[in-house]
Amino acid sequence: MTTYTFFAVFLLLAFASYHFGRLRSVQLSKEVGGVRKLAALPNYYGMLSVLWAVIPSLIFLALWTMFDETFFNRAAMSALPESVAQLSPDKLTLLMNKISIAAKEGVGVSTLQEELLPAFNEYQSLYQQYGAIKPFLVLLLLVVGALFSLRFISVKYNARTSVERITNILLLVSSCIAVITTVGIVFSVLFESFRFFQKIPLTEFIFGTHWNPQIAIRADQVAADGSFGAIPLFTGTLLISAIALIIAVPVGLMSAIYLSEYASKSVRNWIKPILEILAGVPTVVYGFFAALTVAPFIKDAGSLLGLEVASASALAAGLVMGIMIIPFVSSLSDDVINAVPQSLRDGSYGLGATQSETIRKVIIPAALPGIVGGVLLAASRAIGETMIVVMAAGLAANLTANPLEAVTTVTVQIKTLLVGDQEFDSAKTLAAFALGLVLFLVTLCLNFIALHVVKKYREQYD
Amino acid sequence: MTTDVDKHNLEKRRAHIKKRYKAERRFRSFGIAAVSFGLLCVVILFTDIIGKGMGAFRQTYVQMEMTFDANTLGITDANDQAQVKGANFGGLVKKNLRDAYPQYKTRKDKKALYGIVSSEIGLILRDDLLANPEKLGTTETIWLLADDDIDMHYKYALGTDKQVGRISELQKNIVDELHAAGKVEKRFNRLFFTNAASREPELAGIKGALMGSFLTLIVTLILSFPIGIATAIYLEEFAPKNKITDFIEVNINNLAAVPSIIFGLLGLAIFINFFGVPRSVPLVGGLVLALMTLPTIIISSRAAIKAVPPSIREAAYGMGASKMQTVTHHVLPLAMPGMLTGTIIGMAQALGETAPLLMIGMVAFIVDVPSSITDSATVLPVQIFLWADSPERAFIERTSAAIMVLLAFLIVMNSFAVWLRKKLERRW
Repeated sequence: MTTYTFFAVFLLLAFASYHFGRLRSVQLSKEVGGVRKLAALPNYYGMLSVLWAVIPSLIFLALWTMFDETFFNRAAMSALPESVAQLSPDKLTLLMNKISIAAKEGVGVSTLQEELLPAFNEYQSLYQQYGAIKPFLVLLLLVVGALFSLRFISVKYNARTSVERITNILLLVSSCIAVITTVGIVFSVLFESFRFFQKIPLTEFIFGTHWNPQIAIRADQVAADGSFGAIPLFTGTLLISAIALIIAVPVGLMSAIYLSEYASKSVRNWIKPILEILAGVPTVVYGFFAALTVAPFIKDAGSLLGLEVASASALAAGLVMGIMIIPFVSSLSDDVINAVPQSLRDGSYGLGATQSETIRKVIIPAALPGIVGGVLLAASRAIGETMIVVMAAGLAANLTANPLEAVTTVTVQIKTLLVGDQEFDSAKTLAAFALGLVLFLVTLCLNFIALHVVKKYREQYD
Repeated sequence: MTTDVDKHNLEKRRAHIKKRYKAERRFRSFGIAAVSFGLLCVVILFTDIIGKGMGAFRQTYVQMEMTFDANTLGITDANDQAQVKGANFGGLVKKNLRDAYPQYKTRKDKKALYGIVSSEIGLILRDDLLANPEKLGTTETIWLLADDDIDMHYKYALGTDKQVGRISELQKNIVDELHAAGKVEKRFNRLFFTNAASREPELAGIKGALMGSFLTLIVTLILSFPIGIATAIYLEEFAPKNKITDFIEVNINNLAAVPSIIFGLLGLAIFINFFGVPRSVPLVGGLVLALMTLPTIIISSRAAIKAVPPSIREAAYGMGASKMQTVTHHVLPLAMPGMLTGTIIGMAQALGETAPLLMIGMVAFIVDVPSSITDSATVLPVQIFLWADSPERAFIERTSAAIMVLLAFLIVMNSFAVWLRKKLERRW
């Protein structure tokens, strides 16, 4: 049964269960004097049937899909000969992957060794058998659920409250997905980082000044021992983010002030959306712009002035990142500046202050917490930004504060370590998760402080 | 005496006021400078991209006499599909080129000559002959796709001494000759929209990436729209005000600001390594992007629900509606425009997102156009990233063109969101 026919039949049966649930309630009501005597409207009986039919079968489908691979793998592994089963876990996983791909897609069956064939056959027969009965079992469960609901529908039974209770639970479950996501993030980075720190001590990672994650993938390979001192990455990230903030904060703040305090309404209505375009441009576009336009430009300008500029200078990446977060700073500042009550402005004007004096001495101090919050959010944005630095910043870890040299960042290293060949046991791959953990914690702190500051400030004037 | 002092004070005050006004003007000009800088950035960014990318929408073709010679092809019957598929079309193209330019005899010259047309031109001719078997043995004048270096030269350096791309003097001369004879022209680059990725710039297109983006966004939409709206409804209408609800809220606000690359790590560790979802397919990309866009949808949906005045709810309660009926019959329809706006903006974000998709392997070089959510695929931003890395000059042009397509989609989506808000949103 193909996926599409399965879903078509599934939908058809779900629709049928609605129809029959409704029909059943209408029929029952005939004996007692019409639909009016029902405890709920007939539609609700239909919906109840649908819920009873669909929810258990979907849960069943999800669980089955999640665990069938593990089951097949177990069964196939027991069919492996002794010599293979005693291999190291990594190699075994690799072999099992090969077998499962061969069994599912028929790719590379001929390359499998002789001793793997029983396991392959076992896997394939299980995969085909269970794959064939799975859709029928799901549909059967759907029908059973629908029939069960038809049995307990009665005139006195209030289907509406049941439907509403179930819906309420579904709503609650959806709102927990955000929490589950956070938990998932924390666990995924924490677990792998933990494995990383078993190989590389935490102190070396945090205080080491030498980053060179090239280590031997194969045992016989000649390669330097990797070193995992993340200080150059942190300084590189800070350097680029600092350049970005130096550009974005004054420009963003001043444009917000100009647009909300000086500009006429029509000017504001035109210019604001144009500036907002900068926020909607995908980061990969900025990366392209930085790597192919800004970086060569800065290099040429530098050589005109007799300066040595790296072709992937921190300045280019920082500058473009700054452009990217201008609208971010300006819209956040705009919000807080507009939240300052008009009475403060009027009071200041009444004392004879000019507009700029009012802004500098009254509005900015009043809006300062909000502005600081906005800057912190912008900083967290800059630190977590990936594509611009991947495309325009360097790869070599370089401990420097010179913006004209190439530096690398945390996000660049995560991307570099994880894209391409991976082996989930090497310190090289796990290092990416450790860096991810650092990144997550730092941005989390910044966001938390920023949101707290902004919220606290808002409460003052509301 | 006193008048002198007054005068002195007055002058001092005037000078002071002058200074203050000067500061006022200075401050104001800073504001104008900041706004102008922002606007300038927009202008530079767009002119740069458009200037680099416009050329990619036109592609150079060269006119040639092409004899479908059965001997060179090594086939006897053009109706036999298997024969035609295995035929030597590369040799056919070379032979025709040699016949057209018999003066080039050395190996090096011949190689340069063959470099005039796309190296994959044989495949195009093969498809042509498969469709029209009667052409075997005939000679016709056809337009052939030019190689990317010829294309670059013809577009940007024709008649000048500029060296664009890897083009030899001999090839330059041939192009000049062809140009003088009117046998080379630029046409609309249809292949850019109908081909998937390719190593040859002149054959590379965005169809595969567009389909990948489309499938990925479908998965994202199917997951994030219902879940986002359900969460917003629950938090606004049903959730009791307690610690748990606060915790969920804090979580959502934080998720909105988590760097996107972290979501890629999540997808890699949880979806791919733990649940065994295949790598580099739209399914896993859509899952990751759905989690990423959820906060955006939730936050805007909550704002939309909040904007529905309580009087509507009270009227519904007054008519005897239950809480759930009030929400589904009244609040939800009224808040729907706002929710849709938020969803479209979230989808636009997801469409432009690159970093998390790199983590889950959607960077593979994929020549086939994906047709389902479990086919290996790449998406438009990732395609841009991959092309931006390619050394060929022609790829820079194509990257910019792909960026233009991406930006066009984003502008359409965002304008649609704005239009929807203006059109459907009611002010109470």
